[in-house]
Amino acid sequence: MDLLEYQGKELLARHGLPVPEGSHAATVEEAVAASDELGYPVAVKAQVLIGGRGKAGGIKIASDSSEAHEHAGDIIGMDIVGPHGEGPFKVNELWVEAGSEIEAEYYASVILDRSAKKLMVMLSRMGGMDVEAIAESDPDALVKQHVDPLRGLDPDTANSVVEKAGIPAESGDQVAAILIKLVEVAQAEDATLIEINPLIVNSDGEVVALDSKTTVDDNALFRHPELKELSDSHVDDPQEAMAKERGLTYVKLDGDIGVLGNGAGLCMSTLDVVAQAGGSPANFLDAGGGSKAQSIIDALEVITSDPKVKAILFNIFGGITRCDEVAKGIIEATEQTGLDLPLVVRLDGTNSDQGMALLDEAGFSHLHHESTMLGAARRVVEMARSGD
Amino acid sequence: MSIIVDTGTRLVISGLTGHEGTFHGLRNRDYGTQVVAGVTPGKGGQDVDGIPVFDTIAESVEREGANTSMIFVPARFAGDAINEAIESGVETVIAITEGIPVMDMMPIYWRAREKGVTLIGPNCPGVLSPGKANVGIMPAQFFDPGRIGVVSKSGTLTYQIGNELKHAGEGNSSIVGIGGDPIIGSDFIDILTLYEADPETDLIVMVGEIGGDAEERAAEFISENISKPVVAYIAGFTAPPGKQMGHAGAIISGSSGTAKAKQEALEAKGVRVGESPTEAARIAVETLRAD
Repeated sequence: MDLLEYQGKELLARHGLPVPEGSHAATVEEAVAASDELGYPVAVKAQVLIGGRGKAGGIKIASDSSEAHEHAGDIIGMDIVGPHGEGPFKVNELWVEAGSEIEAEYYASVILDRSAKKLMVMLSRMGGMDVEAIAESDPDALVKQHVDPLRGLDPDTANSVVEKAGIPAESGDQVAAILIKLVEVAQAEDATLIEINPLIVNSDGEVVALDSKTTVDDNALFRHPELKELSDSHVDDPQEAMAKERGLTYVKLDGDIGVLGNGAGLCMSTLDVVAQAGGSPANFLDAGGGSKAQSIIDALEVITSDPKVKAILFNIFGGITRCDEVAKGIIEATEQTGLDLPLVVRLDGTNSDQGMALLDEAGFSHLHHESTMLGAARRVVEMARSGD
Repeated sequence: MSIIVDTGTRLVISGLTGHEGTFHGLRNRDYGTQVVAGVTPGKGGQDVDGIPVFDTIAESVEREGANTSMIFVPARFAGDAINEAIESGVETVIAITEGIPVMDMMPIYWRAREKGVTLIGPNCPGVLSPGKANVGIMPAQFFDPGRIGVVSKSGTLTYQIGNELKHAGEGNSSIVGIGGDPIIGSDFIDILTLYEADPETDLIVMVGEIGGDAEERAAEFISENISKPVVAYIAGFTAPPGKQMGHAGAIISGSSGTAKAKQEALEAKGVRVGESPTEAARIAVETLRAD
């Protein structure tokens, strides 16, 4: 789960890391009131889960109430597209923050390095730009240091990172302390990424986190009830919200063919095969091992609530779950939901013949079955096109 | 031969007394695996269909000669159970449990390496050596004994490929599900090394997916260390960046971890990559027969 900037900053502040004073606002009025209270200048910042907000016009400085009003009005409701084309993300909330005078901008982060199986801290004196851009333009300016998995980051190692990064001596101790703290926060909060960019030195010589990007391990939410709450409240897409409520693993895509598969790998593979057949998948939905009618009903309701969906593909490989059980679930779900979109079902594996016979007997005119993945993908693409 | 599990496997199952643990534990025994013990703290002295239950894994090692542990306990307790297994004296730990926090897995990974214990998983379907032993949740009916070693991040995708190999008349030395989490005990490279040394394996099929760089590192490793032919399949070409595709580890971060990058890395080192599971199985059969 990714945290919004202000949620990440609240997390950092809870652990004693320095962040500017600020306030959350969901309306223009709230933003102006918060700005007046903080005193000018303030930064009015769009809260969306994507980088490049500044360039997209999602961060503006206001020097008085009327500017705060104007900027908040411009930013709330705007659509922000990410640097890799992600989104668009609609801005529903703002973070209004006391303006900082910036003497220097650094970059600091802690990240889970999957290949090394260790946490890694990164530090650069070239803050404010994308970390990939730093690494490209001047690889030596980005200092990387793995963290001992059993002992954490010790002060000597932190100091040597600060030195290698060329951080001036007067800020060095503060930056080293922040690195150590970042590792502690990552471990305590199950964060696989905390990125502070920029980490600034203000006019009082204090080192402060001016932005934050935080990813928390979903598997660890059971021990962080306050983060769990954020995760439950923070799904923008209506289908994703509905799926989450029903405990389904669903990812919205932008095509018109609804997809359900059993198992994450098979489901990903199904999307690929649909694309190879010339179609465009509308979603990823892993039904897991279950064959129960209720879970198939839930899945069908989520898939069909997306108005773009014109045809649906179920790709089931029965292992321990038997295909005849799955077929019964599909029949019951089709009857109960009154599904009228074309549905192509591919059943393979344990008891697939019995499963297909059951589907034949049910005699739904819009339900078709295939025995191979590729055959099923071609069929569903055809059906989606004929619906045009 | 075969790798990791075989007729000499003496299995202890943590969580045998739970619903899933009992179901799969008895399935594994029915397949012919020697299931010698179960472990549930506080239930020592009971039995599950004649399989003795102990309070600790170490006791099962001492009393029943267990040498392989399977972890089937809920995610929030699984870290402790894996740690217990690593310290118990077994040689191999196979963790099926999905949803273990990655911060728990990090120290476990290093501890297992330090102790020389082979750790498979977590979030994996287990290991099957057809005709010898089945440890985990794999449906064994799709896999006949044979000369193709399979290593995979995904369960159902592996069954799919196994079924196609079987229909083509080929079988497997072993099938290893390494798991779909960001940190797993054994990576492609570890399993490729075992297959390279296994005289009963003539060809290796590796099934990868988006996220991380294990496939890229495997490509590099194959070109230098693996003499047997390797055929690959990668899932997730249509996955958007920043979205977790079911498995905790299946996520493209920024521009890294894409299926295309993995395919290119493998092909650059001479590994043939199938466009679909069906094609990967077909290439594997062709290559095996051409040799």
